[in-house]
Amino acid sequence: MTAVLDKKPPEHGEPGRGSSERITALLRARELSIVLLIALVVLVTTINNPHFLDSNSIQQLLSGAALIALLGVGETLVIVTRNVDLSVGSVLGLSAYIVGDLFKYNHIPVWSGFVIGTLVGVVIGAVNGFIVTVMRVPSLVVTLGMLYVIRGIDGVIVSGDRIDPSFIPSTFTAVGYKNLFGVPWLAIIVAVVVIAVGFAMRSFRASRDLYAIGSNPDAAALAGVPIERRVFTAFVISGTLAGFAGALFLALHTTIDNSGGAGYELKVVAAVVVGGVAIFGGSGTVFGAALGAVLLNTINQALVASRIDAFWNDAIAGALLLAAIAFDRWLSLRVTRSLQSAERAHREL
Amino acid sequence: MTGIPKARRVATAALAAVLAGGVLAACSSTSTKSSSNSTAPAGSGSASSSGGAIKKGLKVYFIPKDTQNPYEVLADKGGQKALQELGGTVTVSSGTADTAAAQLPSIQAAIQAKADAIVIAANDPSALCPSLNKASQAGIKIVAFDSDITCGTSPNHLFINQADTKTIGTSEVDLLAKQLNSTGDIAILSAAASATNQNAWIKYMKEQLVKYPKMKLVSTVYGNDDPATSLTVLQGLLSGYPNLKGIISPTTVGISTAAQYLSTHKDVAAKVTLTGLGLPSQMKKYIKDGTVKSFELWNPSNLGYLAGYAAASLASGTAMQAGATFTSGSLNKSYTMAAGPGELSVVLGPPTVFDKTNIDQFNF
Repeated sequence: MTAVLDKKPPEHGEPGRGSSERITALLRARELSIVLLIALVVLVTTINNPHFLDSNSIQQLLSGAALIALLGVGETLVIVTRNVDLSVGSVLGLSAYIVGDLFKYNHIPVWSGFVIGTLVGVVIGAVNGFIVTVMRVPSLVVTLGMLYVIRGIDGVIVSGDRIDPSFIPSTFTAVGYKNLFGVPWLAIIVAVVVIAVGFAMRSFRASRDLYAIGSNPDAAALAGVPIERRVFTAFVISGTLAGFAGALFLALHTTIDNSGGAGYELKVVAAVVVGGVAIFGGSGTVFGAALGAVLLNTINQALVASRIDAFWNDAIAGALLLAAIAFDRWLSLRVTRSLQSAERAHREL
Repeated sequence: MTGIPKARRVATAALAAVLAGGVLAACSSTSTKSSSNSTAPAGSGSASSSGGAIKKGLKVYFIPKDTQNPYEVLADKGGQKALQELGGTVTVSSGTADTAAAQLPSIQAAIQAKADAIVIAANDPSALCPSLNKASQAGIKIVAFDSDITCGTSPNHLFINQADTKTIGTSEVDLLAKQLNSTGDIAILSAAASATNQNAWIKYMKEQLVKYPKMKLVSTVYGNDDPATSLTVLQGLLSGYPNLKGIISPTTVGISTAAQYLSTHKDVAAKVTLTGLGLPSQMKKYIKDGTVKSFELWNPSNLGYLAGYAAASLASGTAMQAGATFTSGSLNKSYTMAAGPGELSVVLGPPTVFDKTNIDQFNF
């Protein structure tokens, strides 16, 4: 991280348009820096142990990050608007169980597993969005509540049962482990979503509104941005992707009880923040979020492959998170400073 | 969604109807409590192996954590079988949620029915103590299984331990050693690094490995009982130790995740043998396709069966004290109560090994 900080002094800007270009450049640099960091981790680990680049290992690097990356896409949309969705892990668990249950008892066709899982997410996302925008309850409270409500509903539906691998159709589970030209289908599916949403976030007016809302809600309202509608949509998309992720979770792990996806919300927020999405809203890209997920997964796998004591995993992931948040803070201060004159008031922070 | 509970309700109701004679009303009762009464045909006369004075017509209340948990249902059935052999009856009663509050009415019911013994899997180690104490004062013998109560001496009770820590650890190493010809690098895929039971088992695994000088434990990794994390550390393990020959995963999430990985990566499965603690129904697919040869767990049905025998013996006058013995029907063993850490207990015995030959008999 420090290497990046030193390398990217944004000192040669002009006022006006130039500063926004500079911000974009910095964000891009952030994604580039994550790519470089991933490359560094892979390189160091490979020098240590060449087997880290075996095809099985690379495939797991990708598919292991895929679900968190997918959840990270929706989470990015929400966080960019200065909100947060903590219910994604529970939504994933509920969706996965419902799909598994339908496979076991109703023998539904394989394709409908994905559709139904996604619909579960749509519904919960809409409820989240409704409570946040119409009833104006802070999203942290709403989605934290939903985290428990959904887990509770899940518990009632599961009622001590478990869906075992033998009940999941093999064509469904194939999505979880089959490869296309050596690339896991799971990674391909998620990459398509990341690229599609990433493109939309850059190009469409509605998605630019999300950034405006997160940067300055009052200004966005004055500028005529339909804040409620946009935030609602962001929650629905987050729920939708979490529901879809639930179906993929089932395809990958082939068994589900009522603990599926527990604790994922924090992994997702961690990946998103490491990926350069400002936790206070207003900036960040889904590409960064997805790369953040890949980075965290790569570190976990690399530590074990390097024969480093597994106890270090959480500490290192946590340190990275702190570094990322500190970097965000530093960045926003830097930008503020250059937008004002050359004042140095905030340097101590 | 309600497939399992409904099916089970119908099944238990049918059982009750056959045995007790037409209590079909229970079928439509879908309140928060579902209980089944199975009245054993008296005088089946197989109490001969119990070696003594078990009273006839004993009433034993089985209070599982809840009435739906497949594991507990098997244990209850084991208890019913035991009392059937002894000419007594079992009433299974509990709530549908795993809370102490849901078990209190069942304890109350046992007191009112003047039961001879209560066999309970406690949802809370201490919250049930006052209630159980009342039962004990009413002359009901208290037996705990699956999950113990810690009430000190009031009420005095016997805990049926599914398997002792040491045996679980050592037997898993033995199981893997048998498949590996006692040779090669092995690793452990555990749950959370802080899990007390996991660490205790791992400690005994390490001690047992001393007996196999050609087997070397190269690493212990932690999947936190999350399938995704388990997969990540498993792959790290496989690339970190290319000569790895065996993996022990003493956690159901770990072993099923690793089994799914091996079943879809035949190249790895050809080199690496997996065993550990698993659930038969979850592992059935991998035993059948040959990915996993054998794994183990205690047998819940035997656990309930032993608890039933213990309850009947205590209710028939066997003293509740260290050194007291009782027999156990078809388990063919005399059990001696031992003073554990403050509590009286017996250990069921070594875990059951599941493989191709018996996997179909288990449904939990």
